[in-house]
Amino acid sequence: MAGNITLEVVTPEKVVVSEEVQIAVAPGSLGEFGVLIGHTTFLTTLKTGTIHYTGADGGQKYIFASGGFAEALPDKLTVLAESAEMRRDIDTGRAKSAMERAQKRLEKETEDIDFARAKAALERAIHRIRLAETRQ
Amino acid sequence: MATLKEVKTKIGAVKKTKQITKAMNMVAASRLRGAQTNMDGFRPYAEKFAEVLGGLSGRAGEETSPLLLPHEEVIKKHIILCTSDRGLCGGFNAHLISKADSFIKEAGEDIEFSVTNFGKKGRDWCRKKQIPIKSEHIEVIGTVIKFNIASTVGKGLIDGFLNGEYDEVYVVYSEFVSMGRQVATIKQLLPIPPMESDEDEAEDQDKPYLAEHICEPSPDELLGELLPRSVYVQLYGALLETSTSEHAARMMAMDNASKACDDMIDNLTLAYNKARQASITAELMDIVGGAEALKG
Repeated sequence: MAGNITLEVVTPEKVVVSEEVQIAVAPGSLGEFGVLIGHTTFLTTLKTGTIHYTGADGGQKYIFASGGFAEALPDKLTVLAESAEMRRDIDTGRAKSAMERAQKRLEKETEDIDFARAKAALERAIHRIRLAETRQ
Repeated sequence: MATLKEVKTKIGAVKKTKQITKAMNMVAASRLRGAQTNMDGFRPYAEKFAEVLGGLSGRAGEETSPLLLPHEEVIKKHIILCTSDRGLCGGFNAHLISKADSFIKEAGEDIEFSVTNFGKKGRDWCRKKQIPIKSEHIEVIGTVIKFNIASTVGKGLIDGFLNGEYDEVYVVYSEFVSMGRQVATIKQLLPIPPMESDEDEAEDQDKPYLAEHICEPSPDELLGELLPRSVYVQLYGALLETSTSEHAARMMAMDNASKACDDMIDNLTLAYNKARQASITAELMDIVGGAEALKG
């Protein structure tokens, strides 16, 4: 179907993206899904991962997002994430040091709660690094 | 009357004080702008979040989440006290602390209180009052606040609530109403109070379209994911508001101080001129007196 939808990616700190896109693809917790215009209303939680979309001008763009959920409406996709950033804004150095920290903590294997948190941190770091590596 | 020199020194001192208060005023003003930008950035998220949560809780049927259920016996209450790290901001901290204090007093002797502190002023007060401090976070309020602080602390609160460490959790923060008005407010965080936001409107607008949402996973599971996050969102909002309020309060306080300095300088200058005039007159009298004596 012709026409664009509005993609909005919002974190508590700022609005990361708000623009017209042709298609947006997001990592739902039960599987990746794409949203075109006329999508049925849909609400889902998101996995840590990459949202990618094709802008109105046809350019592909990538956003890292974690800890969020998404609401799709026929003409709009809203993503609320705890943290999100454009691929070009990813701080690789920070992600790498976060990864090392998380790995160290995982090696110690102390309490369960710390374990879950460290694992989540590691996952975020790995996704960030992987996404950052795809940029030229 | 003070001597000329004394008055002059005093004027100099007041002028220097004024320079300081003026500088602090300007620093507070620029920080306030930053804090307001943060608040503006947070608003779209908070609004959307409330909308989705409101729509979901209407659908999720019987309340199943333990975060919504009050504990049968309420003995241990926990307060998150948000204050600033530094003073010189008028009655800002005093208001927040007295809010917490009166809340504790109203609860009576049987309730055990503990606190999580954001900001030095509140922490110092809790130490003096010997209220057990669970954790303290200094240099958070008044800076650029990251969401992960709210989620880390919020996670701790939820865990504490679920394992019975706390029966109720409240946050004391300063609501930013306008530049000239910041209100110390207390709000219940846990158990999550039932939604109060415009029931009628919600029924008119949200339900018709939200009812058709396909949810992945089920609405109940989604709600289970979102409820803890709503605590973080509330807490983050409270931190942002307190932070903005602090800068606004400091700006006003420093503005008043600068004005008071102006008044003092005016009065002192008047006193100085009077004293100078008096000494000139006295000298003239001397000279005239001397000349008269020589003539005679």
